[in-house]
Amino acid sequence: MTERYDVLVVGAGPAGLAAARAAASHGARVGLLDAQARHGGQVWRHDVLHGTPRPARKAFDLLVRTRGHVEWLPQHQVISADHRTLLVETPRAAIRLSCGSMVLATGARELLLPFPGWTLPGVTGAGGIQALAKQGWPVHGKRVVVAGSGPLLLAAAATLRRHGARVLGIYEQAPAAAVAAFAMQLWRWPARAVQAALLRARLAGIPYRCGSFVRMAHGRDALCGVDVDDPRGPLRIPCDLLAVGYGLVPNVELASMLGCALDHTRGHPCVQVDALLRTSVAGVYAAGESCGIAGLAAARIEGGMAGHAAAGFPAAATALLPSRQRARRFADLLAQHFALDARTRTLAGADTIICRCEDVTLAALDGFTDARAAKLATRCGMGACQGRICGTALAELDRFPHGGIRPPLFPARLATLATGDPSTP
Amino acid sequence: MSHYDLIVVGAGIVGASCADEAATAGLRVAIVEPGPIGGGATACGMGHLVAMDDDPAELALARYSLRRWEDHVDLAEAEFSRCGTLWVARNETEAEGIAQRVARLEASGGEAEAVDAQALYRLEPALAPGLCGGMLVPREAVVYPPRVALHLVRRALQRGATLYAGRAVRRLGRATVTLDDGTVLAGPALVATGCALPELLPQLPLRPRKGHLLITERYPGLLHHQVLELGYASSAHGTAGSSVAFNVQPRPTGQILIGSSREFDVTDPAVSGPMLQRMLQRAFDFMPALRGLRAIRAWTGFRPATPDGRPYLGAVPDSTDLWVAAGHEGLGVTTALGSARLMLDLLQGRPPAIDPAPYAPARALA
Repeated sequence: MTERYDVLVVGAGPAGLAAARAAASHGARVGLLDAQARHGGQVWRHDVLHGTPRPARKAFDLLVRTRGHVEWLPQHQVISADHRTLLVETPRAAIRLSCGSMVLATGARELLLPFPGWTLPGVTGAGGIQALAKQGWPVHGKRVVVAGSGPLLLAAAATLRRHGARVLGIYEQAPAAAVAAFAMQLWRWPARAVQAALLRARLAGIPYRCGSFVRMAHGRDALCGVDVDDPRGPLRIPCDLLAVGYGLVPNVELASMLGCALDHTRGHPCVQVDALLRTSVAGVYAAGESCGIAGLAAARIEGGMAGHAAAGFPAAATALLPSRQRARRFADLLAQHFALDARTRTLAGADTIICRCEDVTLAALDGFTDARAAKLATRCGMGACQGRICGTALAELDRFPHGGIRPPLFPARLATLATGDPSTP
Repeated sequence: MSHYDLIVVGAGIVGASCADEAATAGLRVAIVEPGPIGGGATACGMGHLVAMDDDPAELALARYSLRRWEDHVDLAEAEFSRCGTLWVARNETEAEGIAQRVARLEASGGEAEAVDAQALYRLEPALAPGLCGGMLVPREAVVYPPRVALHLVRRALQRGATLYAGRAVRRLGRATVTLDDGTVLAGPALVATGCALPELLPQLPLRPRKGHLLITERYPGLLHHQVLELGYASSAHGTAGSSVAFNVQPRPTGQILIGSSREFDVTDPAVSGPMLQRMLQRAFDFMPALRGLRAIRAWTGFRPATPDGRPYLGAVPDSTDLWVAAGHEGLGVTTALGSARLMLDLLQGRPPAIDPAPYAPARALA
């Protein structure tokens, strides 16, 4: 069975919700799909205690009221893609979705950097534990250290505190001067300034240390404490959980499978788009974090632009260009002030596991200058995540670039992959 | 100009075996490889060490080589797993051929036994009902070929060989080899470039034959043997434009590797959705439980296929100091070690342990 839409939007975070609404406002028949059961993506994730964030609810309500028809397709995981047809797995079935044009709003994932002890139970990503807490994973009463880099640490700490965790401190690797300079610029983005002030109020009493990072996590079978390198001297902090993330990395795997050119000029690859968010493949647009990490505001504007353009109304997209440029400048500010300290790339020791799927240590990867040769010889990146974690970390560590993904994009039932395409004899 | 006793072009499993064999024999060896060691067909296949009995020459080479694989049973890099091969019969016609196949394998020095339907389901309970028995070849095994190739190259280097890594051969001359950076190496050349053979030796006909494979998450205990349909040989050795056959393998990790497909005249390395569907439907026919397992990765590779299915092993006709070991199609891993020993015997003017005539490159020019 192949279901056809005028516009398919992949990802129902802020960018995808905006894209669906914009496309539908021109009367297009839109399919909005997401692997998750609820809309909102990572940043607007539904919280079991506190519900869906208001902007996410509003964005979704707007969709329902839009003139065109938007079909919401939750729990639809994209498995593979060919031209403008997606093979999608749902909890029960496998289906094909085809479209006139497509908007990729696949967002970003966390950058995790390996250090001794990072594979211990109790160590998670900063965004990772935020998502877990929102889904009901118990953090109440737990002593948590939050570390890494970027504004996401504040959001994670706020969520953890709301769920009853004892946040012992936030350890930001960027130096105090850089973080202060960032804060000084925030007035240019009033919404951001308000958000930052709110977060600060929610985090009252929690130490926020700059220029410091977790050097090592301790524990035999589970985490019991961390060593922190701090400008004032080394610290040892006993804790139950460590939430550590070094920023975000665009999810480009679907774009890559569709043949879209990637931009490799800004560190980790992002989807290459023009001013109207067209990718190099005709009829395929991209919006939000997948085109480069720029945050919520840029994602919403770009989603709108891509939705208009995908529905065949480029003028409506062009009208949003100035606000997009303004929002994108925020991305430059972030990248500039939260640039990673070179020391965070040298934490892993020879016996630190880099590929968690296949238990490959850093020492085993010595001498390899390309991801494929390393994979063939050591199994690094051969696991279910196909190197999304280790490949990205190794690129950040300046070993070699991530080798790319083979189908399926995510682990899929064999029955799904055996689902026939009626258009192929 | 550097002088060598042998310049091995290509470090797939066949080239790596030849380089190792030559270095062990005391020759001064050069190895030229533009990509990763074992990065071509060697990296894409199943690593099944198997004797196919339908061509006597192929069987002789496989048997000779399988004995040499026994030297690598304890090699960590080989990930050697003696799971045995279980061939299954769909119907009485296929089952009737089993006795003859057992006889041929045993005559070649192997072990094989017919199993009835009851025994078949004891060996592999997940097989679909209604199968008519099969044939068990208990001592066959699976290995992880790219790491074996890397091991053999490293061993050759320890024995004095020189690796020209990241270098391709631009031209073969009279007892010289010119690399793409202008370096000239002097000495006899042995071309073991698999599917790239026509670039250097266009006179030897060879076509790439595309295959698909897929690997699952870990399901230890579901599958115990490498299991193939008896009809596999007609898929493998038939000349149909495209074919699929049931062929599944338990990896030592608990993962299941699922094949197989064969296609001529396709050069696009992308995974083909329709071909994957055909291959999986075939696998479900024999093992319905596979439907619910999760796949983590599918990929393709190209087998170097000669017109008669046998490799080219020997001197290149009308040339001086030019040798070839290529065109092993789907049996390169099984027959690499035997091929290398045969090549060294020919190079050094000794009579090989098996008759080299069926593999002589001259047959292609006759």
